[in-house]
Amino acid sequence: MRFSEIKTHLSKFRVGIAGAGGLGSNCAVALARSGVGTLVIADFDVLEEQNLNRQYYFTDQIGLMKTVALKENIAHINPEVFVIIHQKKLNRKNIAEIFSGCNIIVEAFDKAAMKEMLIETIHKKMPGIPVVVGSGMAGWGKTNDIIFRKIDDTLYVCGDEYSEASDNLPTIAPRVGIVANMQANVVIELLMNIK
Amino acid sequence: MKILLNNREEEFVKDSISVNEMLFLKKFSFKMRIIKINGILIPKEKYDTTFIHDSDNVQMLYLMSGG
Repeated sequence: MRFSEIKTHLSKFRVGIAGAGGLGSNCAVALARSGVGTLVIADFDVLEEQNLNRQYYFTDQIGLMKTVALKENIAHINPEVFVIIHQKKLNRKNIAEIFSGCNIIVEAFDKAAMKEMLIETIHKKMPGIPVVVGSGMAGWGKTNDIIFRKIDDTLYVCGDEYSEASDNLPTIAPRVGIVANMQANVVIELLMNIK
Repeated sequence: MKILLNNREEEFVKDSISVNEMLFLKKFSFKMRIIKINGILIPKEKYDTTFIHDSDNVQMLYLMSGG
């Protein structure tokens, strides 16, 4: 299949991205380059200098809302992508509304409790919509420990499922980027399977 | 009873155990996780009242902070 055909197919879909940090920004950029039609990105944070060790932003964007900065970066990469941004903290009440109409949702939070909340909420309020989770990517090396697992048709996980981020084991660009791009790869595989 | 735990067969002496008992018996230590029994997500407040039975398919995924 030629890229022009892949792009045409992907342009019909809408993907939700919950969080615009290390996972969300890198995953969104990969999906935008591939030609996914619409991205719905939700985040409440402002870009800080320390985020640049892994997140897809630039020094002159420090101080901007991450959603605004990411929309700007995607427009520079592929202006054909329609980007909808929500500057909100996601919770059990607003998730279904914010991501309504999305074919797939990418879990791209930092905190484990938020990851759990998102998965529970989507399973309950948006049954049947697949969630692609990132779990376990702190530190460096251990490249072959990062894997993809399908739990079932609505739940997929990318990561090593054991490397928890902490002050002494920070998240750094390579492993976060690997997981974010794995998530994007799973999204594209699922979308390409929709006839 | 025999169950499938993350696609591997596991045997328990009792005929049924609660989710919390299973976590204790298997010495699973991580705090944040998603558990599905036969495809149904079990919220953590129901780990004591939800029971696992023979030939159930239990899927567990660990949630680590970082992203």
